[in-house]
Amino acid sequence: MALDSLKSEGFKQVGTRPDRPDGFDKVTGRAKFGADATAPGMLHAAIVRSPHAHARITRIDTSKAEALTGVKGVVTRADFATGLKGENWNILENVMAGDTALYDGHAVAAVAATSPLIARDAAKLIEVEYEILPHVTDVDEAMAEGAPVIREGAADKSVPPGLHPNVVRYHESGHGDVDKGFAEADLVIEDHFRTEATHQGYIEPHACLATLGGDGKGELWCCTQGHWNVQKICSALLGLETSQLRVTASEIGGGFGGKTTVFIEPVALALSRKTNKPVKLVMSRSEVFRATGPTSSTSMDVKIGMKKDGTITAAQGVFRLQGGAFPGAPCEFTAMCAFAPYALKNVHQVGYDVIANRPKQAAYRAPGSPMAAFAVESVIDELCGQLGLDPIETRLKNASKRGTKASFGPTFDQIGLVETLEAAKAHPHYSAPLKPGQGRGISCGFWFNHGGETAVSLALSEDGTAQLAVGTPDIGGSRASMALMAAEELGIPYENIRVTIADTATLGYNEVSHGSRVTYASGLATIEAARDAVKKLCARAAAKWGIPEDAVKWENGCAVPSGPNAGDFDPLPIDQITKRMGATGGPIVGHFEATPEGAGVSFATHIVDAEVDPETGKTSVVRYTVVQDAGKAIHPTYVEGQFQGGAAQGIGWALNEEYIYGEDGRLQNAVFLDYRIPVASDLPMIDTVIVEVPNPGHPYGVRGVGETSICPPLAAIANAVSAAAGVRLHELPMSPPRILTALEKQRDG
Amino acid sequence: MSKMHITTTVNGDDVEFLCDPRETLLDVLRDRLGLTGAKEGCGTGDCGACSVTLDGRLVCSCLVLGAEAEGKRIGTIEGMAKGEDLHPLQKKFIEHAALQCGICTPGILVATEALLKKNPDPSETEVRYWLAGNLCRCTGYDKIIRAVLETAADMREAS
Repeated sequence: MALDSLKSEGFKQVGTRPDRPDGFDKVTGRAKFGADATAPGMLHAAIVRSPHAHARITRIDTSKAEALTGVKGVVTRADFATGLKGENWNILENVMAGDTALYDGHAVAAVAATSPLIARDAAKLIEVEYEILPHVTDVDEAMAEGAPVIREGAADKSVPPGLHPNVVRYHESGHGDVDKGFAEADLVIEDHFRTEATHQGYIEPHACLATLGGDGKGELWCCTQGHWNVQKICSALLGLETSQLRVTASEIGGGFGGKTTVFIEPVALALSRKTNKPVKLVMSRSEVFRATGPTSSTSMDVKIGMKKDGTITAAQGVFRLQGGAFPGAPCEFTAMCAFAPYALKNVHQVGYDVIANRPKQAAYRAPGSPMAAFAVESVIDELCGQLGLDPIETRLKNASKRGTKASFGPTFDQIGLVETLEAAKAHPHYSAPLKPGQGRGISCGFWFNHGGETAVSLALSEDGTAQLAVGTPDIGGSRASMALMAAEELGIPYENIRVTIADTATLGYNEVSHGSRVTYASGLATIEAARDAVKKLCARAAAKWGIPEDAVKWENGCAVPSGPNAGDFDPLPIDQITKRMGATGGPIVGHFEATPEGAGVSFATHIVDAEVDPETGKTSVVRYTVVQDAGKAIHPTYVEGQFQGGAAQGIGWALNEEYIYGEDGRLQNAVFLDYRIPVASDLPMIDTVIVEVPNPGHPYGVRGVGETSICPPLAAIANAVSAAAGVRLHELPMSPPRILTALEKQRDG
Repeated sequence: MSKMHITTTVNGDDVEFLCDPRETLLDVLRDRLGLTGAKEGCGTGDCGACSVTLDGRLVCSCLVLGAEAEGKRIGTIEGMAKGEDLHPLQKKFIEHAALQCGICTPGILVATEALLKKNPDPSETEVRYWLAGNLCRCTGYDKIIRAVLETAADMREAS
């Protein structure tokens, strides 16, 4: 991005807080989500799932189901493509088991029928015989000698020899000499931490409506964070040509990373191909818990050395991530994010990706980073406590800044960690008195952010309004940000922009809405597409005036001569140009296609006050403040919303949420009553401070904001609990039984 | 299995439908009547996305059988706005960005309207406990609670 295209002040619309363009639809029930679509002659589908954690499938008998009136078709693994390799094979194996069920909830067959009730009845009539195999669900047990092998040959070349076959990927990075660094420290603390798997917990279960004919042409409607990715994967799994499958993204009822892949879409397509009818497939909530990606569970060891003045002399971490029955647990992200907030001379981190008999993990908001922050920031808090240091001053002393060689390798450009720490220190929350029984915790957090393949098109209408087509599903109000950026460039009112999430047939490839990339990458593409349109508008004005194109500039929605020498012409407003588009050269469309690579990294500092009830072990979060660098907040209200949402999910992860497996390897809590996400009465208001340290890689300075907000809460709450109750919890969630046990242990000395 | 014939009203209109005795009111609204504003987030009464009113009482429509609607008045999100005019709660939710993805929004609006009918001046705690049965995973509830309290104040002033 050329520096002359950077704009840092003088915004007319960016930074304001208009109503979102899709607000009316969303408050009236009119918005169409995944399960809201129908088609004439549509069938309904249901999936048969393994009740066993690990079992060989010895026989599937579908005859009784097929004989039921209303049943139109059954599919098993035999109805999908063969010969797939790599991640496509992993995804197919996860979508429909081959010869072995690898976790409780693993799909083994599916049926389509004329009503949802008949489909459900039919699913019960499909007989599956299993030969039960030994299973393992815990990360440390899965790595231990003698653990059942989930799949031979699943490991890649990164894994050093001598490790259990369930260790499938390995990461190691760092710099300096940690042994020398630890020797220089006045205090070294090493601790072991564990976190349980949590689910993204989007309120909308996966849903789709598929139509696929014997001619290999298909239509798919689904709730997804990225429909081009769905198109690519489904085509591979069904053996289709990619362009022959058109995918339309519905409105999406939350994703948080969990809707970046496919689960039921290939199954619905296979059933549609077999029955030659549209097939609707909607997951139940328990299917969502049992068979879609939770986050990884972890086992971690972190060791940090500090001088009396607070200088960190060395840091080292080992991060073991269990990511279900397939490779992909983000162990490298956990390792790379762990120490990123700090400028360290000596740092070393190792990550293990471990498979076990659980559902295939999927991305969850800053995948891998929150767990690392939990371990690292807990140890830093202990060090500060034992050395009598202020937690913010100590973090400021060690904070990464521009020019710091990051713990994971590159050198940081302009970043805003110091600014978030300074803002946290200055916030009234940090100096507010605490009541008896309360404790205050601080934590920093880091996420890389991402760019990715992006295509945007902006077509002008004859009345001077604009239709903006983007390819990134609007998961939390991004249409508003896109419209603000387009309006800013075009110099027309925000209301004059109509933003549409285009289907896969309409734009070039757009990567998934993930990596906090939407406002950054689709935003950058929107700005560039609008600039492209403006250039074309200026050319039309130049032709009308008979002056060179570069003698025209764009101001406040009008073409104007670029200076006194260009000629004396009245400003030509956009609608005067567009109403004569047809006669002056045809439609005016701006577009932009690229893979932007300047996503600025993002840091946050959180402050939390917690109260622990010593009788019940229940922790209440009584005050919460998020301070985060947004680069530039396009629509500040939605930026605040991302900060608050990430904090709330982090509170759930810290205090309540966990996957609970029985001895039999079955998930024990696959309903919202037992998997308890925070409800309104659990939370206080969540205060926010938006810090703006511009990202040099975006024309307006935008940094992604969606993910970093979930990185600090786990540790911040653990540190607050430690301050409130006088016990340090090393395992998440800090549920009442765990806190009571810790308190009892402390009482017993 | 033979179907049951049910006579009811939905948002003030007379409605008749046939349903399987096993179908929930939510199934009927969505699949038989084409009213997809109420959402199924869990099917077990834990998330509140399917909130509707039955003779004025707030219920999870996934926990009510379609057949139980016989002779009753059903109120759904589709009946909340009057013509072009949004309900003050709907307006305020947009203004405050009290929604991100929007899947929980219909249920939260129906539940909140029921609260304000019962209690026009709720405290923050009362709003939080009333909405404890309506899960939102995106917002952390902050902007929702503020939108509800502000709407309640506006409505009290206007009445």
